[in-house]
Amino acid sequence: MTHAAFLVIAALAVASALGLVLRRNAIHGALFLVVNLGSVAALYLTLGAEFLAAVQVIVYAGAIMVLFVFAIMVLIPGKEETGLDPRRGWRLLALPVGALLALQLLLVVRAGVGPVAPAAAVPGGVEAVARLLFTRYLLPFELTSVLLLAAMVGVLLLARRRV
Amino acid sequence: MSLAADLGIAFGRVAFVMLFVLNMGGLLTWVERKQSAIMQDRIGANRASILGLRLFGLFHPLADAIKMLTKEDFRPARADRVLFGLAPFVSVFFALTAFASIPFGDTLRVGGREIPLQAVTLNVGVLYVFAMLSLGVYGVMMAGWSSGNNFALLGGQRAAALMITAEVAIGASIMGVIMVYGSLNMMDIVRGQGALLWGWLPAWGIVTQPLAFVLFLTAGIAATKRIPFDMPEGESEIIGYFVEYSGMKFGMFAMADFLETVVIAGMTTSLFLGGWQVPYLDAAGVRLPWGWTWALPHLLVVLLQVGAFVLKVCAVIFFMMLIRWTLPRFRYDQAMRLGWLGLFPLSIANIVLTGLVLLLWGGRP
Repeated sequence: MTHAAFLVIAALAVASALGLVLRRNAIHGALFLVVNLGSVAALYLTLGAEFLAAVQVIVYAGAIMVLFVFAIMVLIPGKEETGLDPRRGWRLLALPVGALLALQLLLVVRAGVGPVAPAAAVPGGVEAVARLLFTRYLLPFELTSVLLLAAMVGVLLLARRRV
Repeated sequence: MSLAADLGIAFGRVAFVMLFVLNMGGLLTWVERKQSAIMQDRIGANRASILGLRLFGLFHPLADAIKMLTKEDFRPARADRVLFGLAPFVSVFFALTAFASIPFGDTLRVGGREIPLQAVTLNVGVLYVFAMLSLGVYGVMMAGWSSGNNFALLGGQRAAALMITAEVAIGASIMGVIMVYGSLNMMDIVRGQGALLWGWLPAWGIVTQPLAFVLFLTAGIAATKRIPFDMPEGESEIIGYFVEYSGMKFGMFAMADFLETVVIAGMTTSLFLGGWQVPYLDAAGVRLPWGWTWALPHLLVVLLQVGAFVLKVCAVIFFMMLIRWTLPRFRYDQAMRLGWLGLFPLSIANIVLTGLVLLLWGGRP
């Protein structure tokens, strides 16, 4: 049962990732990315990590990608972006970077993560995540919030100059 | 046998919620007309009749559906085929699924089984409803963009901006409730509201979180994109994101707004109005503060609780419609200012205040 669910969801994730890369239309690509993020959330659900799944949907699919789609809609309303890309040469970089990423993935899979303790031991996983976040990973957590704050202040500064 | 029964129960739970939300949504088209008519001293829709039977215009939703289904399903030549067709379904889908983790009753015990009366039992139910509401934006944005019409695009962007604003405020105002009742599970939150403060006052969310209640309801009405927050569509004069839609696809967008109204009313009921709780009624029967008790059979208690939930949802919807027919529309910038400079900071202040009170009092109800 869980095996079949995993296969279906994983196929959806891979298909939507391919759609993201292969579609010319930026809006279609962004919407495929939303589907991809949603299917990853479904994978978290099959592992019993309800909290992580909900946060994945709210933060990535519901907030960040909405802003992405919003920005693309404002900037490219039509099909003007079909001409030749002036920075086509940069695309060659994709090959070595992609190869490196594939190698890393391969190494991780070969090393084997081993059997992971099921997250379902804690209902929803909220408390487990919170405990780790506010004890062992407190410093990275706080640093991330400072980073986000700095980005927010920066955006405000840039936007104010225009008005 | 056991598996079949389990499947049947699961199906029944989902079907009850689905039918409840869908029928409420359909009924709201009638309520909207009749309530506005009463408020404006008119008679309201009463023409549709079956064999001379009019029933206060209750057949109008049926007549509407037949009209919508038989209209031409028009698609503009420049529209994005796939997204144009998909958009109304996305809108309705997320509005429908959002209700799944809202409990409509306590645990029902039948033949040795314990059936929690909600479609899906989720430990992060509050976040689930919130996530589904936030995904509803995509239907609106897809509709605006795929129509191949600049006015629709602008309408879609207004709608997206408004819904994001509303959702930020909704998310921040829910936090206070979660802190007070100490759970993300809707069922636990409703159970927590069954406690009595000082021995007599039901610890409903509206009592423990009055500020959050006002903020949540305001943001919730904004999320449904209806008056006074209807500048995404402005059905009477400005052009909205579904301007190119006709027939049932147009009907689905209107339906999605009604369904969202039901969901927001369900959320308000569960988080702030005690959900299925009836004051002074617990699993054994009536228990009044001065010690008078009256034992009631289990089935009757559950029935009373489900009835209370439905009644509360209807009352909240009535209140939302009252506002819809009373206030004039906000201008776009006014709505944005209200959301980002009013609702959002107040919600954050509410979180800090709730945290302080919980720390000083050192306990939950």
